[in-house]
Amino acid sequence: MQAQTLEGGFAHPATDAAHAFRGAMEAMARPGTIQTLAGATPPAPLSVAAGVALLTLCDTETPLYLAGEADCDAVRTWVAFHTGAPIVGPSHCMFALGTWDALGPLSAYPIGTSEYPDRSATLIVECADLAAEGTTLTGPGIRDSASLSLPKTQAFQDNAALFPLGLDFIFTSGDRIAALPRSTKVL
Amino acid sequence: MSSCIETCKVVEMKDTFDPNADRKAWMSLMAKAPEGRVSALLDAALPRPAHTWLRAPEIGSVMVRGRAGGTGAPFNLGEMTITRCALKLPGGEIGHAYIQGRNKADAEAAALVDALMQTGAASDMRTKVLEPLESEQSARRTTRAEKAAATKVDFFTMVRGED
Repeated sequence: MQAQTLEGGFAHPATDAAHAFRGAMEAMARPGTIQTLAGATPPAPLSVAAGVALLTLCDTETPLYLAGEADCDAVRTWVAFHTGAPIVGPSHCMFALGTWDALGPLSAYPIGTSEYPDRSATLIVECADLAAEGTTLTGPGIRDSASLSLPKTQAFQDNAALFPLGLDFIFTSGDRIAALPRSTKVL
Repeated sequence: MSSCIETCKVVEMKDTFDPNADRKAWMSLMAKAPEGRVSALLDAALPRPAHTWLRAPEIGSVMVRGRAGGTGAPFNLGEMTITRCALKLPGGEIGHAYIQGRNKADAEAAALVDALMQTGAASDMRTKVLEPLESEQSARRTTRAEKAAATKVDFFTMVRGED
């Protein structure tokens, strides 16, 4: 009981979550842009942005998959206390969290059905670095073209080809966040 | 089939020793205490210790579920308003509170008592807060049961002389 680290939630849940949701929404609506999230301090090895995203997006009705190092006691306890999200395997999750290597293979995640394309997973990918350079992106929300440092290219091209099915990605590094919805074309 | 499973679960629960039974009992007691009572008893017992919030008091609602006759299939009885909070004492003890109603000060007091029950002040808390609460609760229950019993009507049929 005493050893648990439950600190680090939002100080003002309503306001902080609203700001964080705005940041996540901007990132998702304009792929390639990098937003900043703040307000929470999750236990290691989670980054601030990943922790804030969890607090903002997860609740008792969104099963969460913790991949690799993220699946530790401290994170499980923290997630349970602050969001109540059930921890499940990759095939049943709505959100997944981990590094790119820990999250693979992508075929394990639900990509939705033709009737309900929304019943798919959103992967929160922890990155060492995040920069607006590298792979070129085009599509909805991008004026001409944008660039984002993706961990791989082929996997995201395959995912975009599944549209309207497929996975959505959120990339986090420190307190910075970027996103790649399935609608974005990866060149 | 589902009712069969529920019954099995109940039987199992009774056979298992629950290490949190004590804590459940006092949290239940404080959850149902009348407004302001836990705060008053806590302040009378000892000065409030310093604490940091893990979750500031917030008001929400929970679905209360019941079983017909205590053994039937569970059904949703209705929603009730609750206030919850969690705090940490300087010594690292964590106190949680979920209380009925929308009184944030009461939730804070209940969480403080829960945290103090894990410290050296436990016996103080038990005699000065929990035991008075418990006797008041059982008194309320008895009064209510007596009032209900006074209105009870016994129906009987006169035995007619048949032979």
